[in-house]
Amino acid sequence: MDFFDRNILSIITFWPLAGMLVLLLIPKESTTLMKWWANIVAVTGFLVSLPLWLSFNFDDPQMQKVVSVPWIQSLGVNFHVGVDGISLLLVMLTTLIGPLAVLSSWDAIQTRVKEYYAFILLLQAGMLGVFISLDFFMFYVFWEVMLVPMYFLIGVWGGPRKLYAAIKFFLYTLVGSVLMLLGILALYFQYPTIAAMHPEISSQFGTLPTFNVLAFHAIGPYLSESLQFWVFLAFFVGFAIKVPMFPFHTWLPDAHVEAPTAGSVILAAVLLKMGTYGFLRFSIPILPDATVYFVPMMVTLAIIAIIYGALVAMMQPDMKKLVAYSSVSHMGFVMLGMFALNPNGLNGSIIQQINHGISTGALFLIVGIIYERRHTREIAQLGGLSNVMPAYAVVFLIMTMSSIGLPLLNGFIGEFTIMAGALQKNLWWAVAGGAGIVLGAAYMLWLYQRTMFGKLDNPANQNLKDMNWREWATLIPLIIMAFWIGLYPAPFFRALDKPVNKLVEIVKAASPPDAPREAREIR
Amino acid sequence: MDQFFKNSDLGVIGPELELALFGMIVLVFDLLVKNKRMLGYISLAGIGWSGFFLVRLYWVVEAPAYGGVLTLDPFAWFFKAIFLIAAALAVAISIRYLDVERENHGEYYALILFATMGMMFMVGAMDLVTLYIGLETMAIATYVLVGFLRSSPRSNEASLKYFLLGAFSSGILLYGFSLLYGIAGSTRFEVIRDVLQQRPLTDPLSLMALGAVCAGMFFKIAAVPFHQWTPDAYEGAPTSITAYMSVAVKAASFAMMVRLFMLALYPLRPHWLVIMSVVAALTMTVGNIAAITQSNVKRLLAYSSISHAGYILLGLIAANETGMVAIPIYLLVYTFTNLGAWAIVVALRRKDVIGEHIDEMSGLFFRHPVAAVLMLIFLLSLAGIPPTAGFIGKYFLFAAVIQTGHNVLAVIAVLNAAISMYFYLRIVVAMFMQDATEKTGLDLSPGVMAVMAVSLIFTMWIGLYPDPFIAMARHALGL
Repeated sequence: MDFFDRNILSIITFWPLAGMLVLLLIPKESTTLMKWWANIVAVTGFLVSLPLWLSFNFDDPQMQKVVSVPWIQSLGVNFHVGVDGISLLLVMLTTLIGPLAVLSSWDAIQTRVKEYYAFILLLQAGMLGVFISLDFFMFYVFWEVMLVPMYFLIGVWGGPRKLYAAIKFFLYTLVGSVLMLLGILALYFQYPTIAAMHPEISSQFGTLPTFNVLAFHAIGPYLSESLQFWVFLAFFVGFAIKVPMFPFHTWLPDAHVEAPTAGSVILAAVLLKMGTYGFLRFSIPILPDATVYFVPMMVTLAIIAIIYGALVAMMQPDMKKLVAYSSVSHMGFVMLGMFALNPNGLNGSIIQQINHGISTGALFLIVGIIYERRHTREIAQLGGLSNVMPAYAVVFLIMTMSSIGLPLLNGFIGEFTIMAGALQKNLWWAVAGGAGIVLGAAYMLWLYQRTMFGKLDNPANQNLKDMNWREWATLIPLIIMAFWIGLYPAPFFRALDKPVNKLVEIVKAASPPDAPREAREIR
Repeated sequence: MDQFFKNSDLGVIGPELELALFGMIVLVFDLLVKNKRMLGYISLAGIGWSGFFLVRLYWVVEAPAYGGVLTLDPFAWFFKAIFLIAAALAVAISIRYLDVERENHGEYYALILFATMGMMFMVGAMDLVTLYIGLETMAIATYVLVGFLRSSPRSNEASLKYFLLGAFSSGILLYGFSLLYGIAGSTRFEVIRDVLQQRPLTDPLSLMALGAVCAGMFFKIAAVPFHQWTPDAYEGAPTSITAYMSVAVKAASFAMMVRLFMLALYPLRPHWLVIMSVVAALTMTVGNIAAITQSNVKRLLAYSSISHAGYILLGLIAANETGMVAIPIYLLVYTFTNLGAWAIVVALRRKDVIGEHIDEMSGLFFRHPVAAVLMLIFLLSLAGIPPTAGFIGKYFLFAAVIQTGHNVLAVIAVLNAAISMYFYLRIVVAMFMQDATEKTGLDLSPGVMAVMAVSLIFTMWIGLYPDPFIAMARHALGL
């Protein structure tokens, strides 16, 4: 048990990988066995992650469950894992979404079943690795590893334009991540210079070049402004493409529309969070001066994304594409809150990331359910579905409300906190955000109205079956989460309290532009 | 003056002597044995024995021989090891392949052994003449090997092109050498360096020498704008020879380049730094962009190998510790990865099936899942996606240029790495996402399978736990 407790993060991460290896041994014909096995692995993965939540000390601002084992010693690379409140929430989100995505594929995936589940499990391991890494090299490895399974999920099991979408996804992310690598390397080579001048850093992290993220946090305030500027830009490209921020968002609608349901769910719920997580974990704490410097740009892009994403979403004839563009808009909110750089904004931003994972993940599942029955997602083909699928209509309604931020549901908590944070900074940010909320309500409700209400005039829709137990099973956990965060968000805020305060402190130290900072003069 | 020949000098060139000996044995046995496969096994034994001799020399720190024109230092050792590995893997994939091509002759193996021997002299050379003799031994053997498919017009054309351009570039290189000799009055690298150091940086004579040497070198490593021969030669040559050329000849040329530029021509670094930066940027970009439009897998990999030469130049541009470690590491990684990929292309060549077009790889996953997955891993490694070996190689190169502040070049390099993914993915798309147009399986001989297995093991090993290999590369540079 002690071993389990100490290595819980590694176990959570490598469990899907181990499950994948076993899956590969299952003979090709036994597809049912494979499905069962993949589901068991995914559910166990979630169960294994529960002790992490339960044993997490919410009052400790430090990284927890830290394990550090030398990996590539000649480069100063360690297998270094640990979580704080932010990564804890994202790890839990990932382990929760994983089994739902796997379960949702039960009927949808009929061809090449083995590879499909193998890739999903590999993807799961890669995403978890990203969130637990405290070594930048290791982070990069996981960040890239997860590209390959996602590429295959879109490219093999996707829709008609799957090849285009898959390659676009891969190349966009790759361009961002290789530039990010350059930023990482710049910090890596900068570290010894700064550590040599600051005994308190070198005594803790050594004098040799290192990829230790905590060491980078330590040297952050001493980095020269020009270095921060360029490294921030390098990171920005990597993370902004992933979020995706306007104008790097164009891969997202393609990827979402073409990906199979489970792929979209994972993409929306978890993959996009890797970008925002990158900003929270690396850009802001390591490069505080540049962060403050870039606030206007980031906020502008975020606001453009909110409004533009919402307007484009409104015009979409395809349900899935609509939800995809709503993602762009919602992630704009996340970025707006984050770069308000105050406790409310950051708290709201992170909570909203979780909310987006829940509600958009659920919406993609919902779209997937109708697509499995009708093989179309065109809004014009649907209409009046609440007559034949009442339960489905209710679930859809809950998730619509969650997405547009109705009180009592999760979206409200996130959006409200973000708006509070934005308002503290600048009235106009809040106004723009508010406009986005209104537009969000408009396109979601309009979508709901066009698909669920009205007359059931399309004969193809007459005999649609309502949700079956499996579909219920994929959605109930998300409904529970939506209500939990909506009614009692305290545990989540408690998890975020300490790490967010830490971030705010770091940024505050950098904020006053003319404060005396002898550290500036180093280089 | 040192005594020119001592008996102990023979020990230094032991591995080379073994190769020459076995090359001749192969030629003799060619007359005696009916089953030409035997000859392949004999050559493998020869390479193995040569390797055995080489291993015993691992701890030699510095062993000048023949009055100093030749040396055995860890750097030469490391590259000799790469050549032997490449030669062994190339012979292993050839044995069955030559049967398919109906060109199984003993000379083939003998030429590989001789070419390898030439390379081994090249990396050991500390003198222009020795270097050149080694270079030509390698080059002439490769010219013949490229044209080895006598009945194939493509192969003949490739050989002739390669020969003409190669001879021409050797001439230019030799011209540069003669200028260097004229300046220094000696062919020794150290003397040349000392003399160049005395002369002003703008000395026209040294600039001319540098220009000529650079042009010759860029031809040998297939850098833009001297790269045009590569796709034709690589496409026309027997696939096994393409594989061998793309790793061994390239590694040898880079080893020679490191010796020349880091030692003899180091005083001219301000000049060649500029030249190489431009050439590296062009080579990466042109190689990658040209590869995008290829539909022949051999040509595609040829262009990709051009771009890889551009990446490796980054190590020389940085010229610091990281950069110098990067070159041997990258070439080692490239040897395994690239030979693995070529082995699969060789396996695609079956009786009466050319198997070179990208369409002929379609649905490979359904026909032969293991081969397709291996090819995927090799392609990811070529593109530098972790956790494969290719990432470690690229990591070192990118780190070196960032460390020395060549930031623009670093950005060009990483963007190229991303572009290259595009055409590697085209092969992936064909293998995994298109239906099989072709029902026949692969021609997987034991040799090809062994090469695939070895390549896979090292590609993943270097990718996941590169420490021992980094230590070896550092040892090679005396760090």
